[in-house]
Amino acid sequence: MSDMSQNISQLKTELTSLIEAANDLQSLEQAKVTALGKKGRITDLMKNLGKMDPEERKTTGQALNVLKDEIADLINKQEAALKRQALDLRLATETIDITQSPRPERKGHIHPISQTIDELVTIFADMGFTVAEGPEIEDDWHNFTALNFPPGHPAREMQDTFFLPDDPTEDEEKQKKVLRTHTSPVQIRHMLNTKPPFKIICFGRTYRSDYDMTHTPMFHQMECLYVDKKVNMGHLKGCLMDFVRTYFEVDDMPVRFRPSFFPFTEPSAEVDIGCSREDGGLKLGKASKPENQQWMEILGSGMVHPNVLRNCGIDPDEYQGFAFGCGIERITMLKYGIPDLRTFFDSDVRWLEHYGFDPLDRPNRATGK
Amino acid sequence: MKFTLSWLKDHLETDATLDEIVAKLTSIGLEVDGVEDPSEKFAPFKVAYVESAEQHPDADRLRVLMVNTGKETLQVVCGAPNAKAGMKGIFAPVGSYVPGIDVELKKGNIRGQESNGMMVSEREMGLSDEHDGIIELEGDPDIGTPFAKLFGMDDPVIEIGLTPNRADCAGVRGIARDLAAAGMGTLKPLKTKAVKGSFDSPIGVEFAFSKDDADACPLFLGRYVKNVKNGPSPEWLQNRLTAIGLRPISALVDITNYVSYDLCRPLHVFDADKVSGNLTVRLGKKGETLDALDEKTYEIPDFTTVIADDKAPLALGGIMGGIDSGCTDETANVFLEVAYFDPARTAKSGRALQIVSDARYRFERGVDPAFLPEATEIATQMILDLCGGEASNVVSTGVEPEWKRSIEYNPEDVDNLIGLHVPEKEQRHILSVLGFELESHTATPPSWRGDVEGRADLVEEIIRIHGFDNIPAISVRNDQAVAHSAETPTLSKARRARNTLAERGLNECVTWSFMAAKNAELFGANDEDTIKALTLLNPINAELDQMRPSILPNLIEAAGRNRDKGYPDNALFEVGPTFQSSKADGQSIVATGIRAGNQAPRHWSEDKPRKVDAYDAKADALAVLEACGAPAGNMQMSADAPEWYHPGRSGSLRLGPNIFAYFGEIHPAVLDDMGIRETVCGFEVFLDKIPASKQKATARKLLELSSLQPVSRDFAFLVDASTKAADMTRAAIGADKNLVSYAEIFDVYEGDKLEAGKKSVALTVTIQPQEKTLTDQDIEGLSKKIVENIISKTGGQLRS
Repeated sequence: MSDMSQNISQLKTELTSLIEAANDLQSLEQAKVTALGKKGRITDLMKNLGKMDPEERKTTGQALNVLKDEIADLINKQEAALKRQALDLRLATETIDITQSPRPERKGHIHPISQTIDELVTIFADMGFTVAEGPEIEDDWHNFTALNFPPGHPAREMQDTFFLPDDPTEDEEKQKKVLRTHTSPVQIRHMLNTKPPFKIICFGRTYRSDYDMTHTPMFHQMECLYVDKKVNMGHLKGCLMDFVRTYFEVDDMPVRFRPSFFPFTEPSAEVDIGCSREDGGLKLGKASKPENQQWMEILGSGMVHPNVLRNCGIDPDEYQGFAFGCGIERITMLKYGIPDLRTFFDSDVRWLEHYGFDPLDRPNRATGK
Repeated sequence: MKFTLSWLKDHLETDATLDEIVAKLTSIGLEVDGVEDPSEKFAPFKVAYVESAEQHPDADRLRVLMVNTGKETLQVVCGAPNAKAGMKGIFAPVGSYVPGIDVELKKGNIRGQESNGMMVSEREMGLSDEHDGIIELEGDPDIGTPFAKLFGMDDPVIEIGLTPNRADCAGVRGIARDLAAAGMGTLKPLKTKAVKGSFDSPIGVEFAFSKDDADACPLFLGRYVKNVKNGPSPEWLQNRLTAIGLRPISALVDITNYVSYDLCRPLHVFDADKVSGNLTVRLGKKGETLDALDEKTYEIPDFTTVIADDKAPLALGGIMGGIDSGCTDETANVFLEVAYFDPARTAKSGRALQIVSDARYRFERGVDPAFLPEATEIATQMILDLCGGEASNVVSTGVEPEWKRSIEYNPEDVDNLIGLHVPEKEQRHILSVLGFELESHTATPPSWRGDVEGRADLVEEIIRIHGFDNIPAISVRNDQAVAHSAETPTLSKARRARNTLAERGLNECVTWSFMAAKNAELFGANDEDTIKALTLLNPINAELDQMRPSILPNLIEAAGRNRDKGYPDNALFEVGPTFQSSKADGQSIVATGIRAGNQAPRHWSEDKPRKVDAYDAKADALAVLEACGAPAGNMQMSADAPEWYHPGRSGSLRLGPNIFAYFGEIHPAVLDDMGIRETVCGFEVFLDKIPASKQKATARKLLELSSLQPVSRDFAFLVDASTKAADMTRAAIGADKNLVSYAEIFDVYEGDKLEAGKKSVALTVTIQPQEKTLTDQDIEGLSKKIVENIISKTGGQLRS
C-alpha cells in the first residue's frame, strides 16, 4: 500500500468519527467544513493531485472522489438522524387530551313518514309507476261522487269528514269543499286530465274527523292505480306481493287476499300479511309453526269499479285495471316498530332523533333498502 | 253479526268441522272476527259417579266421598247435604277453574282428610243461583260425559265482520247459503206452512205519503193474532239469543229478534189493545215525538217513516218501536208488522236520531223485498207455537218493490278481469247455488242480493266462491333497461330540500295542516274572506280549525314544547303544504325551518356558545334553493320580508318580482304573542317558484383549468354604517368581471375609534389571470379600478 492510500484510509477513519461524534446540527456543520470545505481536508488532498504523475493521479483521484462521496453521504445521514431526533423531542411535548370531545356539529334526521314515502317511490319506480299529485282541499264530487260513493254514504257526513265553507264560484257539484279523506281523488284528477294507460302512485296527507289512541285527524295514505286494456286481478296480486315483500324486506312473506267491499272497486280484496307472536313480540313473516300463523290486515284493493272509469270518461269495456291503497303510518309503524301513532305529529326532538333517519340513509335498491 | 254453529246447521246440512267452516267464511268474504267455544272453558268438568259417602271423622257437616271419574277413583271431601253413594254428578278436578266462584282448585286437606277436587253445584258452574246441594244428574249419563255436552253449552259462537254490501248475511240463512255455494254442504229448504186466517184483522193499514215519498215504505203486511199468552220464551230460544249477546225478554219480543237474526227479517209486534183505530204509515210531522223502546224520547224528523195510530206515532219505521204500544206479560192480542222500509231513508233517519238497532242495521243495508209474505207466515206460526192464539187474515198494503234486473253474463269476463280461467260449468253452478237465475247470456240476481248490479259483480261472486287463493300472481315489473323516473318536479325538490336541511342539522317534523286561528292570523291570514274559506266547519277542536297559511307557527310551538321538556336548542324543519285558498290550485309546497337557542351546545373550544341569527336562516334558505336547482348565487336580496319577521333582521331572496324565499329573525312581538321568549330565526322557501331543472343531457360543460396562478389583494374602506356588503363585493367584481373571480368581506368594525355612523369594512379580492401572467403594473391598475369602483358605489374612502 502506498503512503497516499494509507493517508486516505486514515483520513476516512478520522472524518467518520468526527461526523459521528457531532450531536447537534451546528457541530455537524463544523465537521462538514472540516471535511469538505474550501480549506477542508479532502479538498487539500485534491489540490495535490496536479503535482502527481499521470498514473498516480488517476488512482489517487479516484480514491479521493470515492472518499468525498462517502463522507458527504455520511453527513447527510447524520443530519437526517439529528433532525429526526430534534423533531421527536419537540413532539414529545406537544400532547392533547384525546378524550376531549371534538367541536359539536348538529345532525338532522328525516321523519319516518318521508323515509317510507321515499321507499315506496323507489319500489314502485322499479315497477314502472309514476307519481301523481293533487290538492288536499277537495270537493265532494272528486272525493266521493266520482268514486261511486252513494249519496247517503256515512263517509259523507260531518261526523267523519272535515268540511270547509262552500265555494259558490265553482260548478254546482264541486261547490262543497272537504279535506280529502283519502288520496283517491288524485286518481280521479289524473284520469280526467290524461289519457290511458295509467300507471301511477300517489300519496300524501289525508284527513278524517277522528282523534283517539289509534286515529289522528291527519294521516298519510299511499295509493296505486294501473289501468290498461288487459290489466287483471292477477297483476294486482303480483304487484302487491312484490310490494309487501320488498317493503317489509321479507322474501317469503305470506300474503292473503280476502274478498271485501269498497264502493270504488269490484271485485274488492283486503290484503293480509303473515305475522306471529311466538316469542311474545310481533314478528312479520312466516311463523315457525303453521298453527301459530296469524294475519294482519294492511291494505284494501280491487279492480277499478266500472262506474269510476265511466265517471272519468273512460270506457270500461275497453279499459280495466286495479287500484289499492294503504295507510303510510301503519306500514311505517309495523316495519320500524313504532308503537304510538300520535307521536308521529308531536315533533318531540327525542322521538325525531330516535325514530328519524340519517339523511345519508336514503332508500336505494343497491344497498338493499 | 253473531251466530252459533248449531244455529247455522239448522240451515246447512254439512259434515264440515268448525275450523273448516271458519276458514271458508273468511275466504269467501265473510271475515271471521272471532270464535268462542264455551266447551273449551268447560272441558275439565265431566260426569262422575259417587261410589261411597262416609261421615268425616272430625267434622259433623262434611262427608268423605270416593268419586269414580272414569279414569281413577279419588277421595273428595264434600259439604253438600245431598251427597250420597250411588249418585252421579259433575266433578271438577284439581287445577280446573270453577267459573261460578272464580276459584282455581288446589289439592286440599280438610280437617285431616285429603280432598282431590270437588263435586260442583249449579251456582259453581254459573248455571243458576242454586247452591243448596251439588248437581244430581238424572237419566244415568255415562261416566266421563263432558258437562258442556250434557248441558247444551257446547255450541261455538262465531262472529263475522259484515261488509256493508252483504245485507243478506245479516241473517244466519244467508251465511248458510254462501257456505253451501262454497262447497261446505247443502242449504236446507225452509219448510214454511201458510197459516190460514180465521177472521179479518180489526186493525187496518193505510199509507199516507206524498207521491215523492212513496218509496219510503212500498209494502206493508200485517196480521192480528188474538188470545195470545206472553211469557218467557223456551230454553232453546233463550240459549241462542244469550249466546249471541241478546237479552231474552219475552216470547213475543224474542220471536222478533230471532227472526231478525235467523232470516235477516226484522219484524215488529204491537200490543193490539194499545192501538187506537187503524195504522197509518207516513212521514213524521213537525213537533211529533216518540218514547222509544230504549226508554229515550225522540223528536221525529220530517223525513222519518213512522207507523201511527189515530192519535200519535207508535213506531219509527225500520228503526225502533215505541214503549207505549210494546208487548208486556199482560199482552193478549197482538198486531204483527212485516214491512219494507227504504234503505237510504232508514240510514238517514237512524243517523239523525242516533239510534243503533238491529232493525236499522238490516233495513239500511236492504232486506229481501220478496220475502215479506213468507216471513209473515213464519212469524205467525212461531207466535202460535210459543204463545198460542188465533191468527187473522193477512192485511196487505202496497206492492212489492221492483227488484228484478237482468245482467249481461259472459263467462269470459272472469278470464279478462281476473286473469284466471274458471270453467263455465263451475261458474254457472256457483251462481245458481247463490240463487241467481241464469239464461244463456244473462243472469238475474236473487231478490236478497240488491248489491249485485253489473258484470263486475258477477265476476266477484264467481271468484270469491271459487277462491281468491287461486288467482295467479303476475309481476308488473318494468322490463326496460333505463331506470324509470317516477318523481314529479315537486317531489324531487321536496326530497332535495329535506335531505339538504337534515344534512345541515335540522330535524324534520310533520305537523298538522290546521292550526289555531290566532296563530294563522299572526302569520299572514288577514283577509277576512280567505280566513272564512279556510276555516273548518267541524274542526276536532278550536285549536285546529284554520288551514295553515305558514308552517312557521307549528314549528315555533314545537320548539317551545321541546324547550319546556328541557331541550332548548332546536333546529326543526318541515316540507309541506300551506293554504292560500280552498281552490284546487290554492295550496303550495313550502320548505320551512327554524333555529332557536344556541347554534351548538357549550363547548370548551369557545368562550360561549353562539346564538342562532338571521344568517343561519339565510344559509339554510340558500342551501335549499341551491339543492333545488335555483340560481341561488344570482338572487337579489331585499329587506322586505313579511310582518312576522324582525323588520331590520330579515329579507327576501328574489329574481325580479319573483320571491323565492324569506328568512330572518322572527318578530319579537309575534313570539311574545305565542309565549316564546328566546330568539327564533326561520326561513320559508317556496318550492313551487323554483323552475324545474331542464337539464336532460348527461354530459357536463367542458372544464378548463387555468395554468396561471391567482393573485389575492386585501382592501379596507371607511363607509357609512348602512352600506350593504353585497354592494361592495358586487362593485369589486364589477371592476373587471373577467379577471376578478371572487370578492368577500373578511372584517367589519364599528366602534369608538371611528366616527359615529361609519364602519370599517375589509374585503379580499381574488384576481384570476386568464390568458397571460399579469405584470405588477397590470395588477396595480386593476386594484386602482376596484378601489375607484367601490368608492363611487358606496361613497366611502380607502383606509391606508
